Amino acid sequence: MAAKIQVSTTVNGEQRRFQCEPQQTLLDVLRDELALTGTKEGCATGDCGACSVMLDGRLVDACLVLAAEVQGKKVETIEGMAQGEELHPLQRTFLEHNGSQCGICTPGMLMAARALLERNPDPSETEVRYWLAGNLCRCTGYDKIIRSVLAAAKEMRGA
Amino acid sequence: MGELRYEAPDTIEAAVKLLARANGAARVLAGGTDVIVQMETDLIEPELLVDIKKIPQLREITAERGAYRVGAAVSCMELIEHEGFCRAWPGVIDGVKLIGSIQVKGRATMAGNLCNASPAADSVPALIAAGAQVTIAGPNGVRQAPVEAIPVSPGKTSLAKGEIVTSFLFPARPPRSGDAYLRFTPRTEMDIAVVGAGVNLTLDAGGTCTSARVALGAVAPTVLLVKEAAEALIGTRVGEAALDKLAKAASAACRPIDDKRGTKEYRIKVAGVLAGRAARQALERARQS
Repeated sequence: MAAKIQVSTTVNGEQRRFQCEPQQTLLDVLRDELALTGTKEGCATGDCGACSVMLDGRLVDACLVLAAEVQGKKVETIEGMAQGEELHPLQRTFLEHNGSQCGICTPGMLMAARALLERNPDPSETEVRYWLAGNLCRCTGYDKIIRSVLAAAKEMRGA
Repeated sequence: MGELRYEAPDTIEAAVKLLARANGAARVLAGGTDVIVQMETDLIEPELLVDIKKIPQLREITAERGAYRVGAAVSCMELIEHEGFCRAWPGVIDGVKLIGSIQVKGRATMAGNLCNASPAADSVPALIAAGAQVTIAGPNGVRQAPVEAIPVSPGKTSLAKGEIVTSFLFPARPPRSGDAYLRFTPRTEMDIAVVGAGVNLTLDAGGTCTSARVALGAVAPTVLLVKEAAEALIGTRVGEAALDKLAKAASAACRPIDDKRGTKEYRIKVAGVLAGRAARQALERARQS
């Protein structure tokens, strides 16, 4: 059996080291090696967005990244979103507007929505819908998610 | 299956050497949005993955006297965020913007879209219409080829063992040039082209079309460069008669399959309509440039 690959990376600001097989994805390692199970596995083929994370500041599906690729990179997951007990405004508005039902898509939705608001603090409803096209939800019908994101955007702009 | 090996060399030469010496199936890993899915679904079982993202030249977008060179490992999002490139080649950006979700575009590359060799690849008709060339590094040195020479059939390319696409070269743009890519899908996002059409044209000062290229996706085993459709525009002011002739030539070039996304007849019809619309948009952009 081939030697495992040694990887050193930053996850939510902390230096982490792990060993992985070449075919293991970042999603596998986050959930199974680093015990960061907030990132969900939906399809494992880049269609559903449930495993959305930030990699060097870029929104990606963790199922489409090999764990070996994150050597020396910066990974951000849903576990880094709240500051201690203080929820991120998006997390709060998702609660207030019922943007989350079964919860499987929610971490990915939140990561994707945060990435949008960092680029565009005042998106239109259409822009939110297009940006979140890669995040599937089978419960809400999307409308409550869109309203949650727009409410958070408004709050974060101080409007 | 043999053990999978992952390598991330930092030079083109090292990448070529690894691929050329591989015993079993070897794949280039750029964005991974096709390769990792194909591994996950057991469509491929490579023994070697060569990650090209640590090779600095392959991550660059450079302007070379009006021409642009885009490295093979540049992600779609990086290209979409490059203002100069977006101004020069809006039609290529039309295609790149349609490749999957934001998450997928954060990883996917045009080179991967090309080398995956899907007839429905969204950036490829626009790249062919643009007259883009690829630079290829291999065991026998470096060569150039037009984009249309790379795909040979669904999933197959003309690249030899050990060869990798290292960059795209987009020619310098004459004034009054415009390009556009349009895709027809049942839904607006996250779908695969039923038909795609890319048009690139240049006008003279009087508004007559002096050069044009037209490419169609998802209507044949490879993306098609349709000379007859381009010839319908050249020498005209791109009026109704020329656009009608272009649409007929585009439809006539199609050799599509029937599948769940559309019948042959439907694809043939839509190809003409879509080529016409893309030509109008390219014309509008050429007039504004």
